[in-house]
Amino acid sequence: MLIGRAVRCATRLRGGGTALPGLVMERINPTFLSRVLAPLPHGVAVISGTNGKTTTTRLVVELLRGQGLQVLTNPSGSNFSRGVASSLLGQVDAFGRLTADIAVLELDEAHGVRFVTDVRPRHSLLLNVFRDQLDRFGEIDSTARLLHEIALRTTGTVVLNRDDERIAGIASSIDGVPVRYFGVDASLLDRFPGDDDLHGRGADRRAGDAGADVLLTAMDEHRATFEFDGRRHTVDLRLSGSYNQLNAAAALAFVRAVLGDEVDEQALLRTLSDVTPAFGRGEVITVGGRPIELILVKNPAGFRLALESFDPAGCATVIAINDHANDSRDVSWLWDVEFDRLRRAGVEMVTGIRAAEMDLRLRYDDIHPVHVEADPRRALRAILSSGSDLPVRIFCTYTAMLQLRRHLATLAHVARID
Amino acid sequence: MTAPLRLVHLYPREMNIYGDHGNVLTLLRRLEWHGYRAEVTAVHRGDRLPPDADLLIGGGGQDSGQGLVESDLLRLGPDLTAMAADGTPMLMVCGLYQLFGHTFHTSSGRVLHGVGVLDIQTVGSPERLIGNVVAVSEEFGQVIGYENHSGRTTLGTGAAPLARVAAGMGNNGSDRTEGARYNNVIGTYLHGSLLPRNPTIADHLIATALQRRFGSANLRALDESSTGEARRVALTRPR
Repeated sequence: MLIGRAVRCATRLRGGGTALPGLVMERINPTFLSRVLAPLPHGVAVISGTNGKTTTTRLVVELLRGQGLQVLTNPSGSNFSRGVASSLLGQVDAFGRLTADIAVLELDEAHGVRFVTDVRPRHSLLLNVFRDQLDRFGEIDSTARLLHEIALRTTGTVVLNRDDERIAGIASSIDGVPVRYFGVDASLLDRFPGDDDLHGRGADRRAGDAGADVLLTAMDEHRATFEFDGRRHTVDLRLSGSYNQLNAAAALAFVRAVLGDEVDEQALLRTLSDVTPAFGRGEVITVGGRPIELILVKNPAGFRLALESFDPAGCATVIAINDHANDSRDVSWLWDVEFDRLRRAGVEMVTGIRAAEMDLRLRYDDIHPVHVEADPRRALRAILSSGSDLPVRIFCTYTAMLQLRRHLATLAHVARID
Repeated sequence: MTAPLRLVHLYPREMNIYGDHGNVLTLLRRLEWHGYRAEVTAVHRGDRLPPDADLLIGGGGQDSGQGLVESDLLRLGPDLTAMAADGTPMLMVCGLYQLFGHTFHTSSGRVLHGVGVLDIQTVGSPERLIGNVVAVSEEFGQVIGYENHSGRTTLGTGAAPLARVAAGMGNNGSDRTEGARYNNVIGTYLHGSLLPRNPTIADHLIATALQRRFGSANLRALDESSTGEARRVALTRPR
């Protein structure tokens, strides 16, 4: 334990590497995770799915803290077993004891299975399955199977998205533990297109059959209405984007499943309205009075939902595409996104390693980006020195987002990722 | 006014993975930029092939999608074989490339039967071939794409390779061939999407379709500077 903590301290000083101390600890003591997590009164709650893991985990953590619980989590987006072990090391005392009530962990779909084999979660929340980084996870069906494994290892309650066929389908093979659902009202379904709707299935799309514990029934830009316990609650949100409003419904359903009758409803809604976006997920960084919004896009469904969620008018749109292993080496996915919605307002800049590919993609939708600049630092500089005061919205892949945040940190205050 | 060129997209619901939608979009846009009108007809399971089809496009799918379309594709087999023999241009990528061959023995032990338009056989392997590919074709020049497939495909004597692999694996990782051609049918493992990255192939398919329909094809010189830059960058990327 002390060794792990020392490594954690050393890597912090070096300035990076959230997973290394966990790796060291895991090598030395493979039962570390299960042993440390076992005594938590509310057990371990895990959140997984293709899109929305980080924001939903943040929501669940904040909602539980708002209910007075001490919550452990892995907030660095380092969502693998080792990252989890690393974060825990920072939160145990010298005797290896945790003082928390519950651990709320974001699990990567692939590494999640390994984690739940070591540590059985009491509660699990499964958000969605989209095609994502096929070069890494293979096919969508195999991703669904991985999430299925997480559900099967759950000892308490499984919370599922009733409107995602592959997620809702998991319920049929779960035996002995309760299953609850979150969902959207049928009138809002067309605001949440899935992969299967891209190629002409849209017309026969319908809401899932299961009754939802929490239902998203109405939304506009910064306000959403949720129905639970037979009543509707309208909440002002600091999160933007329709998909984050659905993530909020998921988080509400999950917290209700974890706490049962103990939930203080008023506190729950109050906390919900205060939750701010996670880094790079709708995060706004202000430079010289000019708001710069970073919106992470990782896959066709996420990009389509993001385009659908935000009005491009009155905004300088930037798209930043990298193709490192954490982004998807294969950039084919850009061709599964329709960019028509950006045509009228235009695209100010494309940047990132694959800026040229993005430029080509946009031209096939009759959109001609004003600037193509592969280097994100130069791209930012050009935008900020253009004399325009329009807010900037940057759709960016994962590593492009990290780069942009780093450059922005030299110009303005940027919250630390920890 | 003459009827628009009829593009036929095979099984877009089941076989639509890895951005192959970009191939259809590219054909549509380039036809428009060349001054022609075109329309896309989707052929779903149970549908008939439009009798006026000028160009057929098909993409990759998941194993489950491939299983779903297998028997329906066999129903269309005789028509597809006749059209291919007659010279109709077609582009089949990945999953449908495999099913345009004779058989696909999957790594899980299933045997999928193809329509045999292309003289190729495919055998699945537990290890997927994944990564950027550069191949060279005498006719089309450097062909750039991205592969992600478990099948190892070998060509029979009735099929010619689309290109020779310079970087990457291609059909099977051993004989350096990539893709297959028979008459005006092109099969390939390359996503990317293939056609926007490789406009020489796109315009070849377009010119063949126009030639067959109108007896001539008048293609304009298009501004390919964005394409050139995207290709230049793609060539610098690791596997």
